[in-house]
Amino acid sequence: MGRWNERVDRLLFSPRRLAAEVPASELTPDAAFPSYFISDTMPFPPADWTLKVGGLVARPSVFSLEQLKRMPQTGMRIRHHCVEGWSAVAEWRGVQLREIARLVGASQDAQYVEFRSFDSDYFSSWDIESSLHPQTILAYGMNGRALYPDHGAPLRLYSPVKLGYKSVKYLTEVNFLPQRTGGYWEDQGYDWYAGV
Amino acid sequence: MASSTAEIRRKGRRAQPAAIRLAHWINIPLLVIMAGSGLQILAAYPALGPRGALYRWYPFQNDAPPSWLRIGGWLAGARHWHFAIAWFLILNGVLYLIYMAASGEWRRRIFIPRRDTSNALAMFGYYLRVRKTPPPEDFYNGLQRLAYTSAIAFGVVVVLSGLAIYKPVQLYWITAAFGGYDFARVVHLSCLVLLAMFTATHLVLVALHPRTIAAMLTGGQRG
Repeated sequence: MGRWNERVDRLLFSPRRLAAEVPASELTPDAAFPSYFISDTMPFPPADWTLKVGGLVARPSVFSLEQLKRMPQTGMRIRHHCVEGWSAVAEWRGVQLREIARLVGASQDAQYVEFRSFDSDYFSSWDIESSLHPQTILAYGMNGRALYPDHGAPLRLYSPVKLGYKSVKYLTEVNFLPQRTGGYWEDQGYDWYAGV
Repeated sequence: MASSTAEIRRKGRRAQPAAIRLAHWINIPLLVIMAGSGLQILAAYPALGPRGALYRWYPFQNDAPPSWLRIGGWLAGARHWHFAIAWFLILNGVLYLIYMAASGEWRRRIFIPRRDTSNALAMFGYYLRVRKTPPPEDFYNGLQRLAYTSAIAFGVVVVLSGLAIYKPVQLYWITAAFGGYDFARVVHLSCLVLLAMFTATHLVLVALHPRTIAAMLTGGQRG
């Protein structure tokens, strides 16, 4: 049943379809935008935080937040869709994952991308098409400010083309892989593809 | 209009042709699973409206549907059921509509305002006891046609609004047609309520007219 659903989900995904920008009047107040982490207490990044990018790449790399912020910036104000059924609107800023893939020289054989975090063992993995979607970004800004700690500071994955739980917060690693790994919720039975 | 009914009769068609009986009975388990898994999904966020701007007019904000009405056990399970079974519901509905159109059955079943309005009102008056006798009926009376046609319309809208909240980015034009994601969710839930009301009324009326149940099982008499 899950496999059939995923096939349909994949079929409906268009790598070029952009999620619509939402007017500022529909922004969700910060306090009303839900957030969660799986650790017992709010995860805070280590002082020497960096993002490791590896796997099937020509140039395995480590990026500091400052380096990421110097890369071409993408911003979008879009609607977030949670698996539970609610929606909320925020403005996100960051660097496109496709830009990172280009910088590190991701291999054609990397059909999947895995995202790891410092929120205990929270992780997820994506198909390459959704990962390289122009609105799939590594976000360091939200609603005109630096990303808040409860929304995944200093860096989180964000994209309108997947359900919320696929957008891993508190990023530590991005790995381009030939096979898919699961995910925190996915391994418990939630859909792996989770397109929107 | 009587002539079109007579035309169908001349062909010796049964009251309930096999294709319609099949679609009718297949629909029941499909709708039960869709309704139960849908309510399980609703239980994960039993509110209407976007975060921070819940709709004020909805009186049941954060009231979860009772657990005995839910199917799928938990959110992830219910989603698997809901999205898999939905395609069978759509297939059954599309085949039914194609049959209705191709066979001409729609003529004696679909509510045509010009033909059926006065008959439906008269029948309604009879139910309210303001009329002593029911209006004449050929095959179905106007009120029956209105009820069955509404149920078909609810079915079409429940599918479209479902697609709107299933893929609000990829199928954005459907979502936009319903006024956006959160309003499409309202329409989707409203269709469930309307279909449930139709079903309750339908069950009472067929219980009062058991011959209609026999016809839906065996096809009934040839006209």
